[in-house]
Amino acid sequence: MDLPKDLLYTREHEWVRVEDSGAAVGITDYAQNELGDVVFVELPDVDSTWEAGEAVATVESVKAVSEIYTPLSGKIIEVNESLDSVPETLNEDPYVGGWIFKLLPAKRDELEDLLSAAEYRAYLDEE
Amino acid sequence: MTLKKTAFHTIHQELGARMVPFAGWDLPVQFGGAMPEHRAVREALGVFDVSHMGELEISGPDALLLVQKVTCNDAAKLADAQAQYSAFLTPEGTFIDDVVIYRLAAERFLICVNAANREKDFRWVRGQSEGRVEVADRSDDFVQLAVQGPRAQAVLQKLTEIDLAKLSFYHCAEGMVADTETLISRTGYTGEDGFEIYFSPRHAEKVWTRLFEAGEEEGIQPAGLAARNTLRLEVRYALYGNDIDETTTPLEAGLGWIVKLDKDDFIGKQALLEQKKAGVGRKLTGFEMVDRGIARDHYPVFMNGKVSGNVTSGSYCPSIEKAVGLTYLPAESSAVGTELEVEIRGRHLKARVVPTPFYKRPKS
Repeated sequence: MDLPKDLLYTREHEWVRVEDSGAAVGITDYAQNELGDVVFVELPDVDSTWEAGEAVATVESVKAVSEIYTPLSGKIIEVNESLDSVPETLNEDPYVGGWIFKLLPAKRDELEDLLSAAEYRAYLDEE
Repeated sequence: MTLKKTAFHTIHQELGARMVPFAGWDLPVQFGGAMPEHRAVREALGVFDVSHMGELEISGPDALLLVQKVTCNDAAKLADAQAQYSAFLTPEGTFIDDVVIYRLAAERFLICVNAANREKDFRWVRGQSEGRVEVADRSDDFVQLAVQGPRAQAVLQKLTEIDLAKLSFYHCAEGMVADTETLISRTGYTGEDGFEIYFSPRHAEKVWTRLFEAGEEEGIQPAGLAARNTLRLEVRYALYGNDIDETTTPLEAGLGWIVKLDKDDFIGKQALLEQKKAGVGRKLTGFEMVDRGIARDHYPVFMNGKVSGNVTSGSYCPSIEKAVGLTYLPAESSAVGTELEVEIRGRHLKARVVPTPFYKRPKS
């Protein structure tokens, strides 16, 4: 299971990469593996504003529909439109090419609720 | 409730299958992944454990009489070792179950029924029996493997002396496969060439092992319920409980071809004669998504702003690379090209009626 150390994680199996311009969000290697071949990604609108925990995107495999909950409150500043035509990037490259959206965090303290790679791995081991 | 396990359960677990509850059974939904399993069946060979399916045996001098009474297709046309797709209907002409009937001998029929309907079917058929006939639930005597795909014949031929090239579609043979007594039929639920093999649970491990050894070079792959569903949806095979049930008739479901209204009385005949005379009001209709989105089972369908029904089956389908589905539409509004909308997570997305089956096997 690939878990880059420079990312933060959620118990809903999303990852967050904090960048200067904002925070990128995607799904973890574990999540993409559980989901199977991704065939469709529904992206949020740019400039839309969300509270942490809201379902902002949807990822669908042949069999399953999975909501993506934003781990952070804020405004969407960019979405990965290449996923419209190449949704399988989520399976093939979940942490780099498979980012789903970037948002401008409104509440910096929410970052403290996220898990480190080690904490997320421990959480997966418990599951 | 404890889920029932098939005789292949341990094998599935060892292969790392993801198991799900289905009709009271713990069954593999996928092994490696729904998409590669689907493709394996279309391009080479996939094997499904369908041991959950039930089998009823009807035997005795009046066996044919009973089969004719409780099914809508004409079983009198069957020769020995021939199979037929048919249905048990209510007096109202709606589906109790859809079934495959095998005539094993003039006075012996085996009927393969859906797992969820097994007890209901058995009670129904037994309750209708009269004369010199015996109805037995033989489900526990059989496991079943569906060996499906263009390489099925070549691989199975390595394991049997039955000449499979001469076993035609919807015909069966009783004989040895992998040194095991079986009933093998050229039938399936995938739209591909293939076979379904019934045999005793005692030989489950032996047959599975021999089959996978024989198929290794051909790319044999275990396949689960997810691939089974997308394969059958692409070729528009009905799924009981979704597309057909006790509220729908074969005429509405596009299965008029299994209803033989010219045969002697059968349960449901009168109702279907009347429905045919009055005109079939709604039709199970195939659609594809126009807007981006995947219509899934039970999503509401709208026509001209009003709810017309639900998606009875809907999925992304790998061989056609499209999201398609089935829904009942008013007959007068079911023509190819008709526009409709599917509500997906609160949004109305455009879809349109297309011809079915969605997928056609390329001529080889």
